[in-house]
Amino acid sequence: MILKLQKIEKIVNSELSSKVKNSLIVNDELLIEVDEKDIVDVVQFLKSNENCKFKQLIDIAGVDYPDNEKRFELVYLFLSHENNLRIKLLIKFETDQSVNSLTKIFPSANWMEREVFDMYGIKFKNHPDLRRILTDYGFKGHPLRKDFPLTGFNEVRYSEKDKKVIYEPVKLEQNYRNFDFESPWEGTNYIKEIKNSEKDGKKN
Amino acid sequence: MAKKTKSLSLNFGPQHPAAHGVLRLILELDGEIVEKADPHIGLLHRGTEKLIEQKTYTQALPYFDRLDYVAPMNQEHAFALAAEKLLKVEVPIRAKYIRVIFCEIGRILSHILNVTTQALDVGALTPSLWGFEERETLMTFYERASGSRLHANYFRTGGVHKDIPMKLVEDIEKFCKSFPKIIDDLEGLLTDNRIFKQRNVEIGIVTKQEALDHSFSGVMLRGSGVPWDLRRSQPYEIYKDLDFKIPVGKNGDCYDRYLCRIEEMRESVKIILQCIERLPKGPVISIDNKISPPNRDDIKQSMEALIHHFKLFTEGYRVPKGDVYTAVEAPKGEFGVYLISDGSNKPYRCKIRAPGFSHLQAMDYLIRGHMLADVPAVLGSLDIVFGEVDR
Repeated sequence: MILKLQKIEKIVNSELSSKVKNSLIVNDELLIEVDEKDIVDVVQFLKSNENCKFKQLIDIAGVDYPDNEKRFELVYLFLSHENNLRIKLLIKFETDQSVNSLTKIFPSANWMEREVFDMYGIKFKNHPDLRRILTDYGFKGHPLRKDFPLTGFNEVRYSEKDKKVIYEPVKLEQNYRNFDFESPWEGTNYIKEIKNSEKDGKKN
Repeated sequence: MAKKTKSLSLNFGPQHPAAHGVLRLILELDGEIVEKADPHIGLLHRGTEKLIEQKTYTQALPYFDRLDYVAPMNQEHAFALAAEKLLKVEVPIRAKYIRVIFCEIGRILSHILNVTTQALDVGALTPSLWGFEERETLMTFYERASGSRLHANYFRTGGVHKDIPMKLVEDIEKFCKSFPKIIDDLEGLLTDNRIFKQRNVEIGIVTKQEALDHSFSGVMLRGSGVPWDLRRSQPYEIYKDLDFKIPVGKNGDCYDRYLCRIEEMRESVKIILQCIERLPKGPVISIDNKISPPNRDDIKQSMEALIHHFKLFTEGYRVPKGDVYTAVEAPKGEFGVYLISDGSNKPYRCKIRAPGFSHLQAMDYLIRGHMLADVPAVLGSLDIVFGEVDR
């Protein structure tokens, strides 16, 4: 398994030397980082090359690192039935950059890219139908970004008055509490906030 | 002179008994012929991936039961494997056997539901009545092992939650002995049934190439003649020691997929019987108390055990930095978890690869040119469960 992966790594590095930025094998998995401009070429190569034959796109996973200069990462997972191997392709890019779509090579990339667009707001060039897919009609924001709050912004309920389901800003009886158990001696932020507000209250 | 026709657009669902959940399918019809299908999914979207990012690894596990809720433990399995791969934990051999037994029970659960409801969609009521009785028995097994019929939350990183009693093993064995008869009965109702065949044979044909291009997996792939099963090709747990066959279809139509599912149930029964026969004794969860909680007796006696218990259920365990993709052969196809850990006690990112997502995506291309009445038949044979499609 490892040997096979090393072979693929070698092939990819030699054939696409100008395009591969980095490649490593960790946990028996091969990860190759390429430039986001080259993604279509690299995928085409991986699909058609005699030794690679990665003919199935398994999934596309977006990742958000808000602190990085290149904020978003996309990880493409491929599977080769012939070689019984998997490969991961990584690209990094900035917030407002758009990525080339893979729909021409893999029709199944269509919904996967729509999902990434929906969840992260990453735009794909040459995508036939880039709409939201999982979120509600008329939804705003991109939920899987790290700066999107877990509780969201809107909630729905059935209004007896209007006789229909209405949208309202989220009102929580109790704020979402994120207990940080990793540093129990400092206390959670939630408790600090209450203490601060109590102090403020006393001052007023 | 050709008459000008206007296509009719029709909303199939979101509340339609044959949509297997909350699918809104916008069909464009020319008479009874479907010209285009646009599935609108996401009506059951619960933000599982976002929620998992906020939970510790132990807390994240139950969310997997709620994905494909007809075969909950198969989903848990993928996540447990991912965490184990990062942590490099050794799973005790007995736990592996128990996991396989329950994964195969999950497979039978899912296939019974699918086969019988597909029959229901094309007009046969009896199979579902017979099949659901068996599902009830199987869910009792789930309940006896984990405490709940559906949302088991039974697998843990490093093993399973609790050992199973000997009586349960005997009862599962008894069931496995009697179940093939039930499959025969179901087959007697369906396999040569004229109406069932008319509704399924040569409907929704997928060729090998198309199945690959559309990221199909599981029965959708095997039905088209691709001999690919992760249990065989990339074996996890103890599957490489077990003797089972992989049924492969020929024509890639709805009927072949039905036949594959029936055969897979028979194979699952064989697998369970083999596991029961070989079921070894020993611990069922990793003995490393940094990952798995100590037993109750120890907590009463040992301070260290008490601390372990406290730390595990507050902070949880920390998973080393890194990213892994693990996949299992779930009843519906390749169910994968792509897990990124930043070294803390919560997953940084957990991408769930649901087989149904890619299958439903191909709906438009599968149904084009078919009649409206074929929509439920194709949808049924895709084996869609919205818990996993919408996540």
